[in-house]
Amino acid sequence: MDQARTSRTRRRRALAMAVATGMAVTVALSGCSTNQGGSSPTLTWYINPDDGGQAQIAQRCSSASGGKYTIQTSLLPRDASSQREQLARRLAAGDSSLDIMSLDPPFMPELAEPGFLAPVPQDLATSSTKNAVEGAVKGATWKGKIVAVPFWANTQLLWYKKSVAQQAGLDMSQPVTWDQLIAAAEKTGKQLGVQGIRSESMTVWVNALYESQGQHIITNPQASGADYQLGLDSAAGTEAARIIGTIGQKGLGGPGITTQNESITMKNWQADKGSFMVNWPFVYAATQSAVKQGSVQQSLVDDMGWALYPRVKADQPTAPPLGGIVLGVGAKSKHVDLAYQAVSCIVSPANQAYYFVSNGNPPADKTAYDDPAVRAKYPMADTIRESLDLAKPRPQTPYYNEISTSIQQRWTPLSSVSASTPKDTQDFVQAVLKGERLL
Amino acid sequence: MSTAVDTAAPAARTSRRVVTERARGERRLGWTLAGPAFIVMVAVTIYPILQAIYDSLFNYRLTAPGERRFVGLANYGVVLSDHVFWRDLGVTALITVVTVAVELVLGFLLALVMNNAIRGLKGWLRTVILIPYGTITVVSAFAWFYMFDINSGYVNKWFAWLPGIGPSFDWFGSTGPALFVIMASEIWKTTPFISLLLLSGLAQVPSELTEAAKVDGATWWERMSRVILPNMRAAIMVAVLFRALDAFRIFDNIFIMTNGAYGTEALSLLAYRTSIGRLEIGLGSAVSVILFLLVILISVIAIKGFRVDLAGRGVK
Repeated sequence: MDQARTSRTRRRRALAMAVATGMAVTVALSGCSTNQGGSSPTLTWYINPDDGGQAQIAQRCSSASGGKYTIQTSLLPRDASSQREQLARRLAAGDSSLDIMSLDPPFMPELAEPGFLAPVPQDLATSSTKNAVEGAVKGATWKGKIVAVPFWANTQLLWYKKSVAQQAGLDMSQPVTWDQLIAAAEKTGKQLGVQGIRSESMTVWVNALYESQGQHIITNPQASGADYQLGLDSAAGTEAARIIGTIGQKGLGGPGITTQNESITMKNWQADKGSFMVNWPFVYAATQSAVKQGSVQQSLVDDMGWALYPRVKADQPTAPPLGGIVLGVGAKSKHVDLAYQAVSCIVSPANQAYYFVSNGNPPADKTAYDDPAVRAKYPMADTIRESLDLAKPRPQTPYYNEISTSIQQRWTPLSSVSASTPKDTQDFVQAVLKGERLL
Repeated sequence: MSTAVDTAAPAARTSRRVVTERARGERRLGWTLAGPAFIVMVAVTIYPILQAIYDSLFNYRLTAPGERRFVGLANYGVVLSDHVFWRDLGVTALITVVTVAVELVLGFLLALVMNNAIRGLKGWLRTVILIPYGTITVVSAFAWFYMFDINSGYVNKWFAWLPGIGPSFDWFGSTGPALFVIMASEIWKTTPFISLLLLSGLAQVPSELTEAAKVDGATWWERMSRVILPNMRAAIMVAVLFRALDAFRIFDNIFIMTNGAYGTEALSLLAYRTSIGRLEIGLGSAVSVILFLLVILISVIAIKGFRVDLAGRGVK
């Protein structure tokens, strides 16, 4: 009886083993057949959320590759900090699926420094930066080398209502200073469109105020974190704090300034209280869409003007914020060569122009601005190109997150910013970088 | 005494020998059935804790793997000597105490309502009361944020008749109002949970006791404080413990509404920002380990404080 049971059990086990082995072999073979049967490798492109433009470009390039590769897109979180967190974690873990990545330039040094990015082939580095706007090239460079490929470049402009500018007596054909904007808002009783939320946009603003006075937040970015010389506690800092503090204390940014990001700034600007606004070019397409949806009058678009980002001092040039996306290839990708071929296709001037027209994100390549479709849709294309050439990047450092978060914590709420803020921030950043303080 | 031991020992040995085969078989079966679950438990619970303790002894940044070095307990020194940690601990403790206290009172009232509702209404009432608890925390956090946010909310308009509230009142611009909204959303969402736990405790109070007290002429308050509440001690303890631990680990509401701005950061958010945001694995692990120890401390205090034996042997 026992023997019979044992024998039955053995037979069952053998059968189970056979089934399991069979399934495993089938799965393995089916996997092999996909790869060996001649189908092209699939490259994964981690994209930041957009209006579908990157997915379209992925399709275009997959078709154009003639079967050499297929690009599939994978969506990253919405905000830049969360994108960085996810990519950094995966890269540190050696994830080989990171073939192509849409990267925010400020976070690139942190990924380039430990060798997480595959080196850019020399010919692609040359061709992709030959006609690129200066800001985009700076954003793709780390320690004198091109470590990513410029895709699209973003910059903030000064958007305004022509009627309010006229009422304030401002000649918008001439460069405008922040003090003039403050005076205009006070005179007309309107609100200034700035971003006061504790997030990346705050660092964008603070950096622009420093850079327009020729002052860098880090003066020796090639040093190691604990040895950074910071320019926060400086005359430029005092001036930056005065401008932001004045706007905060006088309530010129509106009552909801503490949660005001770029989208809310735009919506508030579209309302009656709106006057001047610093913001990215997406606001133009978004305002036109709002007209189509009926939430905004066409008269607002007709009244919409644009100019270069405001200066701090009349006798110093403006230094507009720089944004955009560069493309990086993961060092552990199994298809580095193919990935760079795909990147070469993605960043072609034609695709950059297509992306601008379809999604409102400005090209990094200057020649794309001459595309007739771009010129027809964006009358401010030349201003954007000029702004991108003048734009200055945020501090380029592997410790960008620490510096940016410190600035965000110390420079918000706007009403609390005072003459002591630059020194407080500098001391805090230094303590954080030395590992003596929590952030 | 020695005699008792001497006589008992052979008997025990004998009885052990008698059931040995069966006991061994049952033990084997027990391990076969529970073993995989035990291994999974160890893998997903104990291993990460041990790893966090180990990591907390290093200066280790995820994006600078080459610079990792052993620093002993230095990370704990940095954390415990920083006012940010103590501020966050204070915020966490405040949220825990206020929300649990308010939820206990509201939850008990709701439990009484559910317990005393007429038969036809009971099911309907429970469903309605449970709706907030069924809402995903992130969704509820967004809802409360949009309700109170000055740019999108309607609260300022509806409650403009209250002193201090007007169209330009910014709820998320300073510590007090922001914490108020965070705690209110927390209370709204989890009071049903407490009320259900208390309802089960209420149902377990023997009706003979309350009836006897009634016959003896006890007032409602006397019946409540001397009969019902003492008999619900275990249920109250479970409710307080579960909710206190839950509240102490608060994350979603703060993350969505203020992201820790303006003095609203809780400890779990600090651990997240240090480990995930800054990728400082060593320092972040130290914060997480401290948070873990505090959670254990709360559990011990709650269990000792209520003098309840969780093994099911009743009140000690």
